Amino acid sequence: MSGEHLNGYKAGSHLERVLRAGHFAVTAELGPPQAADGDVIRKKAALLKGYCDAANITDNQTAIVRMSSIGAGAIALQEGLEPVIQMTCRDRNRLAMQSDLLGASALGMRNVLCLTGDHQSFGNHPTAKNVHDLDSVQLVQMVVGMRDKKAFQCGEEIKGAEPRFFVGAAANPFGDPFEWRPYRLGKKVEAGADFIQTQLIYNIERFAEFMENVRRLGLHQRVYLLAGIGPLKSPGMAKYMRDQVPGMDMPNELVDRMTQAAEGIDKEDKKARAAAWRDEGVRIAIEQINQLRKIEGVAGVHIMAIEWEEAVKLLVEGAGLYPRPEPASIPEADAGLTHE
Amino acid sequence: MIVAEQKPLDEIKGLIAEAEKVLVLGCGTCVTVCFAGGEKEAGILATSLRMASKIDGQPKDVTHTTVQRQCEWEYLDAVADQIREADIVVSVGCGIGVQAVVERFPEVWVVPGLNTSFMGLPTEQGVWEERCAACGSCILGLTGGICPIARCAKQLLNGPCGGSQNGVCEISKELPCAWQLIYDRLKSQNRLHLITQIQPPKDWSKSRDGGPRRITREDLRLAAEASE
Repeated sequence: MSGEHLNGYKAGSHLERVLRAGHFAVTAELGPPQAADGDVIRKKAALLKGYCDAANITDNQTAIVRMSSIGAGAIALQEGLEPVIQMTCRDRNRLAMQSDLLGASALGMRNVLCLTGDHQSFGNHPTAKNVHDLDSVQLVQMVVGMRDKKAFQCGEEIKGAEPRFFVGAAANPFGDPFEWRPYRLGKKVEAGADFIQTQLIYNIERFAEFMENVRRLGLHQRVYLLAGIGPLKSPGMAKYMRDQVPGMDMPNELVDRMTQAAEGIDKEDKKARAAAWRDEGVRIAIEQINQLRKIEGVAGVHIMAIEWEEAVKLLVEGAGLYPRPEPASIPEADAGLTHE
Repeated sequence: MIVAEQKPLDEIKGLIAEAEKVLVLGCGTCVTVCFAGGEKEAGILATSLRMASKIDGQPKDVTHTTVQRQCEWEYLDAVADQIREADIVVSVGCGIGVQAVVERFPEVWVVPGLNTSFMGLPTEQGVWEERCAACGSCILGLTGGICPIARCAKQLLNGPCGGSQNGVCEISKELPCAWQLIYDRLKSQNRLHLITQIQPPKDWSKSRDGGPRRITREDLRLAAEASE
């Protein structure tokens, strides 16, 4: 596909068109299986389709070997679910990344999320060698350069169709140094990122503080920022996130709310307790979506319902974000119109 | 300095299993300073191997000696006879020391007694930490003198990843986040502008990725030839 036919769109993905039309976007997450089982993708895609504008396909998340993001993304596309291909810097050097990007583009994928990648010590191959030839900022630059300059990272021209992606990057508003985070985000925007998906947000107050700094730098006007939402399944999950996950800010208040959700239910009735917890988790997430929508500069939400894809429907409906908009398709090319 | 630590005794026993006459060869430089392979450690290892071989019922003739620097051939030449007389040399120098002996004495069988770990410094008595990864193109001038190549678990060049919290790295609470250190130092010096610019992809060809490296100084070579 050549940029001249995109009428101002960078890649023309569904996600890009939703955001450009000014809709509050919803992305979700689809974790591929630890096996060559395509039906897992099909089942998950069926749960997500229609309830999000695009779904991130994770790339060996938490450094555990899973079906490749592009492989799973091809199945998602067949199922009518638009994928956001996640790509980490941990497992591939710049050659492998660029060749995968060419392949993904040829398969019709139009969104990519550029990530550093969790350290391999967390995963199931802790003795592996990591790559980190590029970092995530440099990866954004490379993907944007392939699209806008029609050039490989080395500077050589791409003779033929260039891969065209709507380019995303991640931000962790709660990582340290806290006051430096907006500047790190600024580097990703400067590198050419079109959209940002944040780490899971539970501490809304602190996130609002982060957004204030983002706005002070004017970044919200240069990039679409999707706030990360994750429905809690149980008090145990909330405690684990509070105590064990680096870069996570989980207020005690939410841990307490989750604990109280099953109070009065017989301890032996595990099914009823789990249901009560999940109901509360969904309630909290919906409240949070409503709070996040009011923050200036938040263009959408990114729902990470890990191994709980059913929750996406509940959150999207509960927050009044259903049905999802159908933005106009890309009009036929007019003479004189070129892409940005 | 080059920091190393001794291999487990059982592993060394396995390496020398077939030999009778063993020379433990220490080095008087880096590995002496980090208490891994100096005169004292070479002596202790020789004694340990001698006793272990006795207990195992196959007593070996284990001796030891130490040169000032294993990584320079002229120091090795001083103990050439001892090296040649041995069935096997256990070098407790760094990996360079082992290979220097191998290159100087091609007929001798040489095995390592140490695992060479990194280039670093002692931060307190008994603690050594890595500081340089010999990447071949130093960026310490941009990062406040703190190396993200050697000290960030992901070798990031454009700031901390999302796993930096409370000053430590996501992989271990014992490990300071290199980028937090860089940030703190540049902030205290009013030089944060140094890291707001995007650092381009690194030229790894200057690092080990470009193949084994070699430095040739023609000025020194010519001088050497002239003096011959």
